[in-house]
This record gives sequence, C-alpha cells and structure tokens, in this order.
Amino acid sequence: MNLENTKELIINMGPQHPATHGVLRLVLEVEGEVIKRCIPYIGYLHRGVEKLSEDLTYVQSLPLTDRLDYLSSMVNNVGFCIAVEKLMGIEVPLRAKFIRTILSEMARICSHLVWIATHALDIGAMTVFLYAMRDREKLLELFEMVTGARLTVSYPRVGGVRCDINEEFINELSDFINKFPERVEEYETLIDKNRVWLKRTKGVGVITAEEAINWGLTGPTLRGSGVYYDVRKFFPYDAYDMVDFEVPIGKNGDIYDRYKCRMLEFRQSARIIKQCIEKLPEGAILAEESPKIRMPSSPLKIDKNDIQFEIYVEDRNIEDFIKKFTDVYASVEAPRGELGFYIVCDDSAKPYRMRVRAPSFVHAGVLPKLCEGALIADVIANIGSIDIVLGECDR
Amino acid sequence: MNPTEIVKRLKDSFPEEILWYRCFRNECDVTVKKEKNREILLYLKNTPSLEFDYLIDLTAVDYLGFREPRFDVVYHLMSIKHRHRIRIKAEVPEQGCCISSVADIWKTADWFERECFDMFGIIFKGHPDLRRILLPEDWNGFPLRKDYPVHSDLGDKEWKTYRELKEAARGWKDNES
Repeated sequence: MNLENTKELIINMGPQHPATHGVLRLVLEVEGEVIKRCIPYIGYLHRGVEKLSEDLTYVQSLPLTDRLDYLSSMVNNVGFCIAVEKLMGIEVPLRAKFIRTILSEMARICSHLVWIATHALDIGAMTVFLYAMRDREKLLELFEMVTGARLTVSYPRVGGVRCDINEEFINELSDFINKFPERVEEYETLIDKNRVWLKRTKGVGVITAEEAINWGLTGPTLRGSGVYYDVRKFFPYDAYDMVDFEVPIGKNGDIYDRYKCRMLEFRQSARIIKQCIEKLPEGAILAEESPKIRMPSSPLKIDKNDIQFEIYVEDRNIEDFIKKFTDVYASVEAPRGELGFYIVCDDSAKPYRMRVRAPSFVHAGVLPKLCEGALIADVIANIGSIDIVLGECDR
Repeated sequence: MNPTEIVKRLKDSFPEEILWYRCFRNECDVTVKKEKNREILLYLKNTPSLEFDYLIDLTAVDYLGFREPRFDVVYHLMSIKHRHRIRIKAEVPEQGCCISSVADIWKTADWFERECFDMFGIIFKGHPDLRRILLPEDWNGFPLRKDYPVHSDLGDKEWKTYRELKEAARGWKDNES
C-alpha cells in the first residue's frame, strides 16, 4: 500500500443518525480512526421561540417553553414562571412551591432515565434501556394524573400551579419513590461491573475543572469535573432551601464520572421528593395577583419601588428609558444544567425580549474539544455523556 | 460581595467608561462604553475579590426607537467562589455595528457570539469563526431585530390548509368572548 497517497476522509455524521440524540450534524475529518477535526452544525430544530414570545403575552409564552427541552418540560415551565414572578414581584404560596419541587424532581428522574437508557444503548448495553423505560412509564403516568399531559405539561402558572395534587397521586408517588433506590442499584449492577462499559468510559472525554468553567458547562457535566456548582444550592428557588440534599461531584471529569454524578442524582431526587411529601403544607396553590389566562393587553402594573439607579453621563435623556425597561434574569437547575431566562419588560403584557440560556447549546459547543484527537467510537460516548437535547439547543 | 459594592469598585477603576448602573430586584446591571468592554470584563475576571470566572450568558437586546445607540450586548457573569452575579451591558450603535470579541477570554462566548451575530447582525471583532449558527447560511436579515416582522403577509401564496385553520380559530375566539 502506498502511504503517500493517503488523505483525510470527511465523514458526515447526522443529522439523521440514531445516536446523535436528535438532529445534530457533525462533520468529522478523520485520519484512520482518529478524528482530526470535528465541526458541529446545529439549527435544524430552530423554531424561533425567542422571537415568537415577543408577540405573545407572558401567559401565552408559557407553552412555548415546554417545547425547549421536551424531556423535562416541567423544569422549563418553572424556570420561565420564576423569571416572570421575579419581574412582577409575585410571591408564590408555599404549597405551590412544594408541588413544583416535587414535579421538577420527577422530571429530573424522567430525563435522567432517558439519558441512561440511550447512553447505555449507544455504548452497547441494551438491557438498561428496557429497565429504564419501564420506570419512566410509571412517572409519565403520574404526570398525566396531575397535569393531563405526559410530556408537554404546561402545569405551573405564573404565581403558582394550575391545579392541586390529590391523595391518590401522593400515595402512588410514595410507592414509586420507596422502590426507586433499589431500581437505581439494578441499573448499576447491569452497567458498573460491565468491563466493556468501564473500558469505554473511564479516562475518555476528559474535561478538567478549569476548562469546564471556561467552556461554561453546567449541571452534571460540570460537576463530573469536580466543580461544585448547583443553582439549587447557590441561588435557591422554590422549596429547595427547605429540604436537605447533597450535590454529588466527580473527580476525573471523564465520561464515567459524569455518569456516576447522574446516578447519584437519582438518589438525591428521590430524597427531595420524599421530604417534600412529608412537609407538604396546606393552603392556596395560586397567588391572588397571578395574571389570568386571558391576560389583558393593557400595561402591566409592576412594582418598581426597589429600583435604584445612578447616571454618570450628562445631557442625555436616559432616565425615562432606565425606568421603562426593567429586566430580570432567573435560572433553574434543569436536568442538563443551568437553564436561564432573561426577560426584558417594557411595561406591556408581552415580553420585550425573552432570552433562553440553554445548557444544551453550551454543551454542544464543547463537542469539538472532546472529540478532536479521540476515536470515532468515542464520539458517540461523548455525545451521550454531555446529554444534549436538540430542541433546547436550537430553540 | 454586595452588588452595589461591585459597581462601586468598577466605577473607581473605570471612571470614564461607566455610563450608568441600575439595581432592580437585587440584580445590578452596569452599562459601559463598548470600546473598553474587554478591559472591564478582564478586570472583573482577574481581580481577586471579584473573580467572575464564569460567563453564564451573552446576548443582545434591540431598543429600536427607544434609544440611540440601538443595541445592548448583555453579559451575565458569575463567580463560583464568591457566589455573586452581575450583568454588564455594552451599547452598540446601528452604524458600525461591532464590538470586540471575548471568545479568547471565555471559550463559551464562541457560540454565544455566533448566535448573537446570527440573530442581530452584531459583528464581533477578533472572533475566530463568525458564521451563522442556527439559521441557514443564505438567510436574509437578522430575525431578532425589532424591524424584522413576526408575521409576514403572504397573501395568496399562503398554504391553503393553514388559512382555513386560522379562520376556524378566529370563529372559536368570537364565540368565546
């Protein structure tokens, strides 16, 4: 064989590829099995959520957030509601906070179950898929019981939640949560002692702590590298400051540590739900000042008493502008990382600008760094380990 | 650190560059001139008691018709060590719509700036690879600008089924109210 005539081969992976978890396209320049360059192309699922919301009222924008990360729509809804509540200065009743926390953690378990199912399937462990889907089905039934929908729930409202949970739901959820830690051990016995799994994940796709911070990673992907950052602990929302839980962190920053972090999060989520059920208070589920479904298009009444400003430039008529455009940023810990909503309000009932800071978008950006110099087979393992959802990535 | 203290330190270090600050719901934002955005962000990142090592978000807002210069490029910074956040805004005019890139300070800014260019047409000088990211390469216009319409009137070219659906929906709405 004449080696002088060898050249780099360009492989187009995706957008229709079963292991890229959606419509992600990677252009890989390979030399043999080794990747020289990796260029991700995204945007195949772009629906213009940010632009659409500028034409809808705050209440009407809520269902749009379902369609971002469709595996954990509850958390997206909560994130949006928290941002709008912060803007309008609405205090959520305690019972609603606990209900939201319970359902957010259910969504986290659901989302992680899909992750472990598909990630293991990609690497070659088929059985876990069936086990994880069995448990997810139970959770989706519970979601349907409360919200009437399985995936796109639109359950929270600005100022609370749409409807109350009942005794039957709590009993069934308790049953599930009591059994769940055993189930997690079941998955771990399927994977953790599997030599193929360990070879494919340990020491592969390493991100150091400094790099992870510089790349803006969040959630379990960041914590796998040993950085302690969790929005639930740093900037508590809902009932997270009233329950006791730990944030698992890894050490080596490889695929195995990211996997381990998520497996430990299963147990913490179960713990949070258990405490929330015990502490669930009685009372209202929707704040009185919460906006109606048919939100009037007349100007909002926003309490601007706590606004402070100081202007250092002269001869500019800027004071009215500063008073008119108020903005807030609120973020929640979605299963994938920090999901932030930045809302600019111009006193009308429609957001002047709604920006979604999507963790999957940031995580997809780190793929070239993870893949370059690695083997083709590891690309699949890497995509699985950063856990991206393209609906959220492309918005 | 208290947000107002951060603003004070910033003001002491860059007296000429800070235009105004505002605190609302315990969040501080500082508006700066765009020429020194890199120096200010580097100062915030490297000063020992501030240490904003984390760029959470980078985006832009279009204030067409309300203010001149038209755009704001918005940086959300956070410090993992000190657990504080701040928002820095840099004014960008429509003419000469450009600002220095921070992609070499934070790698995460790479894609954020590409998205910002894609949606607003703001040019980031010094960016390694400024291309459209979410939209196709041959797209016309910048969708998140305020003069880009949400609905466009296609007239007869509109898909027939969609037009029927819209009329039906209008009928329900009238019945309800």
